Amino acid sequence: MPKSSLKQTLKDLDTKKISIRELNQDYLKRIKENENLNVFIHFSEDNVLKQIDNLENDNSAKKLKGIPIAIKDLFCTKSMPTTAASKILENFNPTYESFVTQKLLDEGSIFVGKTNLDEFAMGSATNTSFFGNTVNPLSKENEPLAPGGSSGGSAAAVAADLCLGATGTDTGGSIRQPASFCGVVGIKPTYGLCSRWGIAAFASSLDQAGIFSHNVEDASILLQSIAGFDQRDSTSAKVDIPNYFENLDDDLNGKTVGIPKEYSIDGTPMEISEIWEDAIKVLEKKGVKIKNISLPHTKYALPTYYIIAPAEASSNLARYDGVKYGFRSEEIDSLDEMYENTRAQGFGREVKRRILIGTYVLSAGYYDAYYLKAQKVRKLIADDFNKAFKECDFIVTPTAPSAAFPLNEKQNDPIKMYLNDVFTVPASLAGLPGISIPFGKDKNNLPLGIQILGKHFDEQQVFNAAVSLERSYE
Amino acid sequence: MKIDKNTINKIARLSRIKLDDKESEDYIKDLNSILDWVEQLNEVNTENVEPLSNISSSILPKREDVSNDTNSSEEILENAPDKLEGFFAVPKVVE
Repeated sequence: MPKSSLKQTLKDLDTKKISIRELNQDYLKRIKENENLNVFIHFSEDNVLKQIDNLENDNSAKKLKGIPIAIKDLFCTKSMPTTAASKILENFNPTYESFVTQKLLDEGSIFVGKTNLDEFAMGSATNTSFFGNTVNPLSKENEPLAPGGSSGGSAAAVAADLCLGATGTDTGGSIRQPASFCGVVGIKPTYGLCSRWGIAAFASSLDQAGIFSHNVEDASILLQSIAGFDQRDSTSAKVDIPNYFENLDDDLNGKTVGIPKEYSIDGTPMEISEIWEDAIKVLEKKGVKIKNISLPHTKYALPTYYIIAPAEASSNLARYDGVKYGFRSEEIDSLDEMYENTRAQGFGREVKRRILIGTYVLSAGYYDAYYLKAQKVRKLIADDFNKAFKECDFIVTPTAPSAAFPLNEKQNDPIKMYLNDVFTVPASLAGLPGISIPFGKDKNNLPLGIQILGKHFDEQQVFNAAVSLERSYE
Repeated sequence: MKIDKNTINKIARLSRIKLDDKESEDYIKDLNSILDWVEQLNEVNTENVEPLSNISSSILPKREDVSNDTNSSEEILENAPDKLEGFFAVPKVVE
């Protein structure tokens, strides 16, 4: 069955071709048929039925009325528990709603469930979750594949057609990389476009909410719904949010695309270089000027990220101490014992590793050598992009250095795992918007992704280039 | 080796995370390999470069100085693992 698009579904609902109840029952059925994928940490059919009841009694016009949406379990939701895929928040029921999910509720969307992720969004395979792996829906029977991460549950939910869109968060690639692995569209907007209010914090100077969808048009509709200024997030931007969907324009004639030479990395599979070249050829045919650009500090982006992100994480995760909410250890002979045992038992291995690294690089005597140094290199990386964008309108690169890898592939070497983010991290450090769209397949018929990066708050250009590439590929 | 047994114990203590011996050993190995890897940043000349702490170009907005009352203590305590007479409860601190 072909997957229906959000755009088409909105039309079908509008013309009464299908009712909200029929639509969502269809999705509920598929969710129940696909339980083996372990997409959801929290799913309750009753909760969905209740939302349908409420909407049926609601006569007001709403933009996303009745649309089934999956929510990454990092967003606080009043109606469902929020765990960040961690034991330490196993029984946490937020008493408030995140900005992004409130916007989606105001538009009348239905939350089908809370999706799995790497614990506190730290990972690239959704395999650090306390609630087990999510399986990539594109897996062959005998070889389960990773959905990517950290927003692997949301990417898989869209890929398996368990919803018409899903929210994600992206700190170093956590939307774009899983989108590429699962063959769906994923956009991380400019840092500051969507308020971080109510999102469990990982690395606050990098975290940004975004969207997964079946296609670029749907992403443009959904991103507009979750964007906007919010005074409860001091880094939230006061910018006008255009109607991305109405403004979509696939005519790129006269535009210039930047191709950064530093993204040709030794060891990248041939197929990935090939789809990159294919994308460039398509753009050239559309009258886009090809400009070779240089982002000289690209190779330092990963080490910079793996100082800054753990440093901020170690600070953000200090709040999980067993006092105010979440898990508390049983071994609590003293207050210190309580803290130390709660955090030892409540956090998983990768999260502890990052807290320890972050604590070290921020500790007395090491701050200048690591953290301050990384912030300075971050400035150089951001400056590289600023310079490059004087010569081009958008940048095209591959999204990830591989297609989806097997779930049981040993990931004992943290640095090897961190390399998954090699193409996505630089734009995160610079706060730029980036989208991944499916573009081509590898020899095993697994999807590969192309990443399009734009200037700050130029999501429209990113969408335009993406829709143009998407339409030429279909 | 940057991280030895003493250092890992110190960081674990600062992080309020209890580690057993096996974990300490694993983290000593992991952290040393990560720190060796990030050391490549020393190749970059950062003289006279301003550190970038926040990408947001906007100036921190000010809000009106008005009080609001969005949280009740009852709500805040709803998720507490232990509470007593409207407060969070923790193990005894003073003997």
